[in-house]
Amino acid sequence: MSSQMSTIFTATRNPCRMCTPLGAVMVFSGIADAVPFLHGSQGCSTYIRRYLIGHFREPVDIACSNFSESSVIFGGWQNLQAGIQTIIEQYHPQLIGIATTCLAETIGEDLPQMIRRLQNELPESGPILVSVSTPSYQGSHTDGFRRAVKAVVEKLAQDGPAGRHINVFSGMISPEDIRHLKDIFMDFGLDAMILPDYSDAFDSGIWSRYEKNIESGTAIESIRRCGQAQASIEFGSVGDASASAGDALLRRFGTPLYELAFPIGVRLNDIFFERLRMLSGCEVPSRYVGQRSRLIDSYVDAHKYVFGKKTVLYGPADWVAALAVFLDEIGMIPVLCAAADCTGKLKEYLAEHLGPDKAERIAVIEDTDFASIEEKAAALRPDILIGDSNGYKISRNLRVPLVRLGLPIHDRIGASRITALGYRGTQQLFDRIVNALLETQQDNSPVGYTRL
Amino acid sequence: MSEILEKRKKQIRRKGAGPYEMTCEKHSLAGAVSQRACVFCGSRVVLYPIADALHLIHGPVGCAAYTWDIRGALSSGPQLHRRSFTTDLREQDVIHGGEKKLYQCLKELIAYYRPKAVFVYSTCIVGVIGDDVEAVCRQVSRETGLTVISVASEGFKGTKKDGYRAACRALSELVGTGDISSISPFSLNILGDFNIAGETWAIREYYRRMGIEVVSTITGDGRVEDIRRAHGARLNVVQCSGSMVHLAREMKEKYGIPYIHVSYFGLQDMSKALYDVAEFFQDAAAMQKARRLVREEIDRVLPELMRIRTDVQGKKAGIYTGGAFKAFSLVASLRMLGIRTAFVGSQTGSPDDYKRLEEFCDPGTIIVDDANTMELVRFSQETEIDLLIGGVKERPVAYKLGIGFCDHNHERKISLAGFEGMLHFAQEVHASVMSPVWKLIDRKNINVGNA
Repeated sequence: MSSQMSTIFTATRNPCRMCTPLGAVMVFSGIADAVPFLHGSQGCSTYIRRYLIGHFREPVDIACSNFSESSVIFGGWQNLQAGIQTIIEQYHPQLIGIATTCLAETIGEDLPQMIRRLQNELPESGPILVSVSTPSYQGSHTDGFRRAVKAVVEKLAQDGPAGRHINVFSGMISPEDIRHLKDIFMDFGLDAMILPDYSDAFDSGIWSRYEKNIESGTAIESIRRCGQAQASIEFGSVGDASASAGDALLRRFGTPLYELAFPIGVRLNDIFFERLRMLSGCEVPSRYVGQRSRLIDSYVDAHKYVFGKKTVLYGPADWVAALAVFLDEIGMIPVLCAAADCTGKLKEYLAEHLGPDKAERIAVIEDTDFASIEEKAAALRPDILIGDSNGYKISRNLRVPLVRLGLPIHDRIGASRITALGYRGTQQLFDRIVNALLETQQDNSPVGYTRL
Repeated sequence: MSEILEKRKKQIRRKGAGPYEMTCEKHSLAGAVSQRACVFCGSRVVLYPIADALHLIHGPVGCAAYTWDIRGALSSGPQLHRRSFTTDLREQDVIHGGEKKLYQCLKELIAYYRPKAVFVYSTCIVGVIGDDVEAVCRQVSRETGLTVISVASEGFKGTKKDGYRAACRALSELVGTGDISSISPFSLNILGDFNIAGETWAIREYYRRMGIEVVSTITGDGRVEDIRRAHGARLNVVQCSGSMVHLAREMKEKYGIPYIHVSYFGLQDMSKALYDVAEFFQDAAAMQKARRLVREEIDRVLPELMRIRTDVQGKKAGIYTGGAFKAFSLVASLRMLGIRTAFVGSQTGSPDDYKRLEEFCDPGTIIVDDANTMELVRFSQETEIDLLIGGVKERPVAYKLGIGFCDHNHERKISLAGFEGMLHFAQEVHASVMSPVWKLIDRKNINVGNA
């Protein structure tokens, strides 16, 4: 077995990455009165719909230019034109977010030029067309997400008198985390534009009518104002800077940019809340002081259960980075940090935030797949895994618990309501981790103690 | 409520409204949010259950990510099909071509996983960048002695149905290459059942009880060696006609093996399948065994079915399936439970399917080809159904409108075929429409006119 384990594979086995257009679709779904549209084959939109429906358990409508053989030979202009027309007739959107697929890019479609032409053909009152280049042979779903946020901002941001409002590019987080962030900003008295905001589109109540699908989300008017904001906050500090919306605004309008890690755990949240205190000029509201205090109190209650527990972390690099800092603060050891995407910066980040000695002992892999994670994890003998549902097989084979976090979570209910951000979100995550460890200990005990 | 798009009107039909006229088998309308997938999807779902083959997806990562362990198709042995392998083409591969990478991937994977055969699926861009996949497959075949089959499944080259055809072509490369000397004259192949939640096992057991040998199951719980011997069977029994009829036709031409169409869903269709097989062999003993089997099985499930019927009768349902064959069985099964079908549609039905559906359904039933999301919403609300039957993509349509839903697609984990399967189906329907949660939702007050 050991000789087999050292085999290096050119193929990707059990992929961690989803494709770039998926991220773009999530962004466009989080803009009010916007419809996501893929320029490519019918299957791309259907597979991505299927995948997101499995995770959010909510309707996900994605239109498609639906290439045929002739579109591949003669180009997709006619399909794009017809598709946009159909979408306007059916959904009456104010914005159509068009992402390319590998097929459109490979045949050399000049989407920006096509979009300009189409926009000119549309009446004044017609929808705004935004395009983003997301060939799936380039990057991962998280890259597609960032590129789409940037594309929207570049298209819509306008100059004007400076305001007190702030921009928040919060990255790929759960609807419940978006809602929690909104509460936090409100309590600080901050007028914040969160882009994208799919908290309702991907986690709504029963509908009075289906068209509601596209109505909720970040208002186009708010996005227009983002060039006039007093500052931008962008989560995910190990991501690709060239695809940063905050960076684009900094360059174009001089809007100050604060790049922060996802606020998970006490240390990273303290940084986040300090930033909000400075931006708002308000002291941290007492409810968050209370949340912070209770979180630390629970750390104390549970510290022996988690101390020294070896953890395998996997997911997008920016999530893995923040989670590693959090685990370190509670005495758990992230023995393996596996990033689905490729930033090249994860190791450096961990060395900076955990110190070189600890970072040295962490196995860090980027651009990996689940077969590789499993082979590495087996040798490290972890106590727990943290990541999306695709790690379930590893958890089953290694007989260690899996705390589900990220996307996809298609074997449990409530993916939309999982939180990790803020002191309160961390509290939920912390409780889940501790309880997963306790449950395993209890189940594996020959005694079966009823009190732990 | 949204209007039906002008260009879609010919693909929608209301039974009894004028002489029969309906269009289908068209490329989906651009921008319409069709529920269909692509050619690759068709090939992938058909070949997926072959458990001892290695399935390598040649293209960028997405197509493999979205189809990893996607079907509920079980294997009684190897589990290789439940892994997802891809060449994961990157920008440089797209520029310089992916042949070398494909070759490398194949050699390494074959050496490590030792499959019985390999299927290489081409995705959209493979044809465009000009990779000669067949040549690479031939070379690896020569070097490893393994059958490596290229599946021409570029997503844009047609619809899901064309993917079925490509899958059948791939299968026919295996058929006819095995030893058939020991096969009984009372023998058949099960085509078009995918062993979702063990369905193929149940059907296989019925045939065994009738004294008939099952040579191969294509592709549920499929094995390469069995498929190689499929041409030794005396009969092909084809379910899911859309996906497997190409193979059945080819085997008829090439090996003279006749085929019959069946469905294993619902008591009537299931019984008829067994009788038709017995009749084909013109064997009195087999027919007698079939009769006994049907009687025993129906006696076992009928009391519970009738109990469920008293609860659910009078409800209304909508059906939207991938292939149309299943729709017939579903209309009949629902009828048995006292449930009327108000609308029925499929992604890939043929002109013949829709004509037969028109004859089969009650007056007023809406029949639809390649429906989009908004149409499903419209029909669900307009006909005031209590239950929608479809796949996972249709589920949120129903739930958001406060309507019950049953998954009858290939990702489900409950067996719905065979006699026992009909009972499971009824239990599913029962749990869906009788749940008290619907009482908390005022469907009547859902504002349908105000978009």
